[in-house]
Amino acid sequence: MSSNQVAVSVRGIAKSFGGTRILHDITVDIETASVHALVGENGAGKSSLGKIIGGYYSPDQGHVTVGGAPVTRFSPRDALRHGVAMIHQELQLVPELTVAQNVFLGQESARAGVLVGGDLARFHALETTCDFGLDPMAKVANLRIAERQKVEIMRAIARDARVIIMDEPTSSLTEDEAERLHALIARLKAQGKTIIYVSHFLDHILANCDRVTVMREGRVVRTDAIAGETKQSLVASMLGQHSEILFPPLPPAPAPATTPLVEMRQVSTRAGLRDISLTVRPGEIVGLIGLVGAGRTEVARALFGADPITGGQLLVDGVVQGPLSVRAAIGQGIALVPEDRRKQGLVLTQTTRPNISLATLGRISRWGILSRPQEVARAEDMIRHFGIVPGKVDGQVVSYSGGNQQKVLLAKWAVAKPRLLILDEPSRGVDIGARQRIHEFIVEMARSGAGVLLISSELEEVINLSHRGYLMSEGRIFAEEQSRDLTVETALARVFAEQNQNLAGQEARTT
Amino acid sequence: MSVIAPRKALSLGEIAREQGVVIIIALLLLGLSFASDSFLTPRNLLNIFNQSAPLAIMASALTLVIIGGGFDLSTGAIFGVAAVTAGWIAIHVDPYLAIVAGPLIGLVLGTVNGAIITAFGVHSFLVTLATSLVYRGIAILMTDGKLIPVRIAEFAWLGRTKMGMVNVAVIVMLVFMVLMMFLLNRTTFGRAVFAVGGNEEAAILSGIRTRLIKILTFALSGAAAGLAGVITVSRISMAEPQAGAGLEFEAIAAVILGGTSIMGGAGAVWRSVAGVLLMALIGNGFNILNVNPFFKDLTTGVIIVIAVALAASGRRR
Repeated sequence: MSSNQVAVSVRGIAKSFGGTRILHDITVDIETASVHALVGENGAGKSSLGKIIGGYYSPDQGHVTVGGAPVTRFSPRDALRHGVAMIHQELQLVPELTVAQNVFLGQESARAGVLVGGDLARFHALETTCDFGLDPMAKVANLRIAERQKVEIMRAIARDARVIIMDEPTSSLTEDEAERLHALIARLKAQGKTIIYVSHFLDHILANCDRVTVMREGRVVRTDAIAGETKQSLVASMLGQHSEILFPPLPPAPAPATTPLVEMRQVSTRAGLRDISLTVRPGEIVGLIGLVGAGRTEVARALFGADPITGGQLLVDGVVQGPLSVRAAIGQGIALVPEDRRKQGLVLTQTTRPNISLATLGRISRWGILSRPQEVARAEDMIRHFGIVPGKVDGQVVSYSGGNQQKVLLAKWAVAKPRLLILDEPSRGVDIGARQRIHEFIVEMARSGAGVLLISSELEEVINLSHRGYLMSEGRIFAEEQSRDLTVETALARVFAEQNQNLAGQEARTT
Repeated sequence: MSVIAPRKALSLGEIAREQGVVIIIALLLLGLSFASDSFLTPRNLLNIFNQSAPLAIMASALTLVIIGGGFDLSTGAIFGVAAVTAGWIAIHVDPYLAIVAGPLIGLVLGTVNGAIITAFGVHSFLVTLATSLVYRGIAILMTDGKLIPVRIAEFAWLGRTKMGMVNVAVIVMLVFMVLMMFLLNRTTFGRAVFAVGGNEEAAILSGIRTRLIKILTFALSGAAAGLAGVITVSRISMAEPQAGAGLEFEAIAAVILGGTSIMGGAGAVWRSVAGVLLMALIGNGFNILNVNPFFKDLTTGVIIVIAVALAASGRRR
């Protein structure tokens, strides 16, 4: 491999979203005909970097050069013209069209705009390279995710892409399917294609990539050849020196004999939970530890009545509950601050005040008529309490920074005075100041006697801010620990080990 | 739309977007009063209000449907059913009962719309398109397609008489408009409407009964159409099954003209009424100036396109 040839060169890229900088001064060279891995914790910026190269985001600063030509316009279409195609975590296909129609979408065989035959022949020619065994006439809507991903890859190859970015390509594949994907990647490499491989499956990266760029908190830690790397060396770079964030001291844990506020016994749901048993006591902070897709959000939704429980029991104050709805859960004093604040939490067409009031309209109204003075006073209170900036009662939430949007959401549930507060990724995409305020709030809630269930992809955060933690993988809880007995390294190692074991088990079942 | 962010000065474009309908109305008032002496008289202005009262009632309630993320194409047909039902009851049963029956039948038909939409999760556009055909069919069946003359004083007062200077219909319209404004801005129901249209998932996760809220908005829209139908029958002393045909589009046009977002989650009742007024002014102005009425629809259409384009350019950033 000639190491001088550079397929993609990234120089000094920076990118911010809503006032939060997610990429700082990124410089990476990606060699032609190599498989280049981008690794990092969730939120390290690896997907965002991939999206800039793929033309989905445009950088605020810096340059991207593809095959020696500088990129001036950032759009997926322009990226394709440069020979760069991106395959997404959320696949982008037209479900109602067939496999072949999707593969050749936008470049059908046509004469003067009128479709002519020949796409099937082209498909078979492509299939000799890919060897996916897909039925060209199958409707994409009926395919499994692994197969849809293959369609995306074929589409990239049909467009003559020389650089293919794969964002978490194996996250929804079985080990067997991943194996075949890696064989294909090897073949593409042999044909001179360059693959940018974004993933957190370290084993896959170690086995299949040539070089690796490790990212942390929006910066490049280092770029090195994969030879000589180990899982430990990668994890160490991903985590780095522990950041100087101080976590507030936790209140004392409640006595183990205390009646749990909520308890799940062997709960399963259609969303993929199996055999979940957990307890949260008043005044206790409990963490759910696992990778993305381990089922942490699903536990939160089941507790909140958003996903129906199909097996097992849910107890509140030691009393078995019937089917729980969101309204009933709120009535029981349960609150959920969801993962995606823009899609699931905030009403962005409205200002701060109605957003804070939304879950507790009954408390500031009589006979359905709102008391404006009460509402304004309460909102002002919350704006002060959380330090929401700008401090306007009717501020345009849509243009707030991530941290302040999150504070508005916390305020919405703080006014409900919940007995159980479930927080799903409460500090994702927020700045350090807001993050510290959020951490203080979590501790504040526990000290006042509420139970807290904390979900965060930042292991450091969950471990330092919880009394107890449940380790999750594939929709199951596989271990329970006192959080002070855990470190980021041991927790991560155990989660990875559990996942590999599961994948191995799956393979054993399929072969 | 909502509060304007202070601090930064508003550009001309932003002002046009926020207050477009008001500005155009002001310009029209100014222009027409110069163009014709008979325009800026209390009599003419009251007449404009009186004629657009039924449409303003429908547009007021429709605003809630659209803010809630829905769409109602059946208001014209509900208008028709309410018209013939009220006419029949006025003749055969009791004129006062007829006045109450119109809005009630509208309420029932609107509730049916809402129930179908939420029970099957079908888009309200499709459901109300279908029910509008059904309702119109019912109106025709009820009368065998014939006109029903309704000349009863106890019924006609609603559409024909005045209290002092002001027509009763205008007073009914103003009361209804204020009621809708109150519901939207001062009640938990109104808050829920904004939340359902702005972010349904967030509303569900906040414990809002989103289905009930949607059904209620359609029920209100139906009741408004029924009320509008009764006023019209009372005014022209004639109930006909084709009454109100096409009115659903005028109501939608008025709401859009006012600047209520077709995406849901934002808007105001007074804006829709201003939209109705604007459309009425264009019609009246062209009458006074003796312009070919063909230009009325054309002008209204052009103004709608401009209003929508302005609003869309504001959303892009």
